Amino acid sequence: MKTILEAKNINKFFEKPVKFHVLKNINFKINKGEFVSIMGKSGCGKSTLLYILSTMDTEYEGELLLNNELITNQTRKQLSYIRNKHIGFVFQFHYLLSDFTVLENVMLPAKKLAEKSHKEIKDDAMQKLTMLNIGHLANKRASRISGGEKQRVAIARALINNPSIIMGDEPTGNLDTQNSENVFNIFKELSTQHGLSLLVVTHDEDFAKKTDRIIQMEDGRIIS
Amino acid sequence: MVNWPVILSIAKTHLFSKIKQTATAALGVTFGIGAYITLVSFMTGMNKMLDDLILNQTPHIHIYNEIEPSKEQPITLYDQFENSVNIIHSIKPKLGQKKIHNALPIIKYLNENKKIKGAIPQIKTQIFYISGNIEIGGNLTGINPIEEAKLFNIGDYIIEGSPEALHNTDNGILLGAGLAKKMSLSVGDRVQISTIKGAVFPLKIVGIYQSGISDIDDIQSFANIKTVQKIMGEAENYITDINVKLFDINYALPLSKKIEQQFDLKAIDVNTANAQFETGTTIRNIITYAVSITLLIVAGFGIYNILNMLIYEKMNDIAILKATGFSGEDVQLIFMSMAVLIGLIGGLLGLIVGFGLSHIIDNVPFKTQALPTIETFPVNFNAWFYLIGISFAMISTFLAGYLPSNKAKKIDPVHIIRGQ
Ligand SMILES: Nc1ncnc2c1ncn2[C@@H]1O[C@H](COP(=O)(O)OP(=O)(O)OP(=O)(O)O)[C@@H](O)[C@H]1O
Ligand SMILES: [Mg+2]
Repeated sequence: MKTILEAKNINKFFEKPVKFHVLKNINFKINKGEFVSIMGKSGCGKSTLLYILSTMDTEYEGELLLNNELITNQTRKQLSYIRNKHIGFVFQFHYLLSDFTVLENVMLPAKKLAEKSHKEIKDDAMQKLTMLNIGHLANKRASRISGGEKQRVAIARALINNPSIIMGDEPTGNLDTQNSENVFNIFKELSTQHGLSLLVVTHDEDFAKKTDRIIQMEDGRIIS
Repeated sequence: MVNWPVILSIAKTHLFSKIKQTATAALGVTFGIGAYITLVSFMTGMNKMLDDLILNQTPHIHIYNEIEPSKEQPITLYDQFENSVNIIHSIKPKLGQKKIHNALPIIKYLNENKKIKGAIPQIKTQIFYISGNIEIGGNLTGINPIEEAKLFNIGDYIIEGSPEALHNTDNGILLGAGLAKKMSLSVGDRVQISTIKGAVFPLKIVGIYQSGISDIDDIQSFANIKTVQKIMGEAENYITDINVKLFDINYALPLSKKIEQQFDLKAIDVNTANAQFETGTTIRNIITYAVSITLLIVAGFGIYNILNMLIYEKMNDIAILKATGFSGEDVQLIFMSMAVLIGLIGGLLGLIVGFGLSHIIDNVPFKTQALPTIETFPVNFNAWFYLIGISFAMISTFLAGYLPSNKAKKIDPVHIIRGQ
């Protein structure tokens, strides 16, 4: 099985207000097409780990490999390209550009990548939105939709560049059972049919149980 | 590789979604640049007018024969007294010194010089104006009216009549405005003048001259050179002064020195003759520069402030853009283009506002006795001011955008996201 993401001996400290060892010797691999969930108590370091894995946080010890390539210590410019092309990220709190429409929010990462024509990007974005039941919101301002809708826009945005891996920090946290199930099914289909890897932090036991593997965290350590 | 369409479209969306702030920032630029252009146009217009007041009518080099005692008294030529001290009392100037010898060949020679725009002769003489049984002392200057108008703008100071009228009238006179008033004379009347030697001539008034300086207008009149030569009973080569106008006033000093040496005449350049004029010009220029630099700097700080705020408000967007794959450079370019767009729009509006205000000032009536040719406030419409204005708008918004956008470029997205 091909490894997509590998973490080797990741350690992370917060210096302020007091020196705090938040992640301790994190080691794990995620294979192509694998759907993995992370569970653990609030404050155990799940978000912190996800920021490191997504290359947004570069202040850590240890090594990180994406598609068997070392990405630790790469330049910021290289990292932003990796984020653009290979990693889709769904934040714990929905981060959308509030001045832009829903459609534009979804299209922007693809426009940045500039591998497709404007029309293809637009069609792709519309297709992703429709898939998530929010096609009708396409031309609304991102600041004028509900929390759950925002979360789904963020999921559509994470999918737009067909990344190698999607990381989600409680991507279904604000959704009702039906929509949560829909998102789960989409994720599941993407992983089985298109070989997309997923790493999802969740507090939802039922959601986690349906994934391929659960990583349990406690106090900055992986316990199983 | 920079993806300009995406960057510009993001910049545009940001600018339009915060249209009030954008407008405030742009108006800050507009105000600064508009005020700069208006003030600098007006002030340099004023300066130029004041300079012209003197330069228009003043020859760049004035050549004449100074009445002074000969430096070499006959006794010094006599070898036998070479080693003795000689004391001569009551030295008197030589007779007939006022006349410039060989004036006409000198004028011809000067007019061949490429740096000289023109050299024209004058005859200056003292006369009396006879009004009833009073005699008023004054000056009569013999001129070549057409040339004089061309080089020294005498036409600007003729408030009635014209240089051509004088040229065409044999015994015509351009009477000083003060004199005309004193003697209750007007164009078409005759005035009697008498020379120092006592000969009386009637002259026909063809125009009224007003320089704006009443000391001059009370005594000065002009007539054709030939008329003056006739009155004085002198030959056609009798010339007392030569006035020279140059293409470049900066040559006045060296050229005057050269003329003095070459022809053994007195040649005074405009700056030596009007030392206070140069000082005044320098001081006015310094004030103009100081005011415009202050204005531009104040405008620059305003631009910086507003852009800084605009960028700090967008920190959230910066984090999102970076998280979704935009690089630090992209983010910087987005904010830089916002800044430069604000600078460009605000600056262009500033040019329009500046032009409009200058135009209004240019049409405000401004009449003063001292300046007969001025009808409205003088404004200097100089393309350079507009170029400097727009360049400054662009440069200052560029800098104002650069500093905060550089910070946005460097910041780690997690810092912003965690900071929420
Ligand atoms: N900027 C920071 N400086 C210092 N400590 C921090 C900082 N951010 C987070 N922490 C601490 O690090 C620990 C891990 O935080 P993290 O956000 O990763 O938790 P989490 O597992 O995602 O929790 P939750 O399930 O509530 O989202 C927490 O104890 C938190 O207090
Ligand atoms: Mg968290």
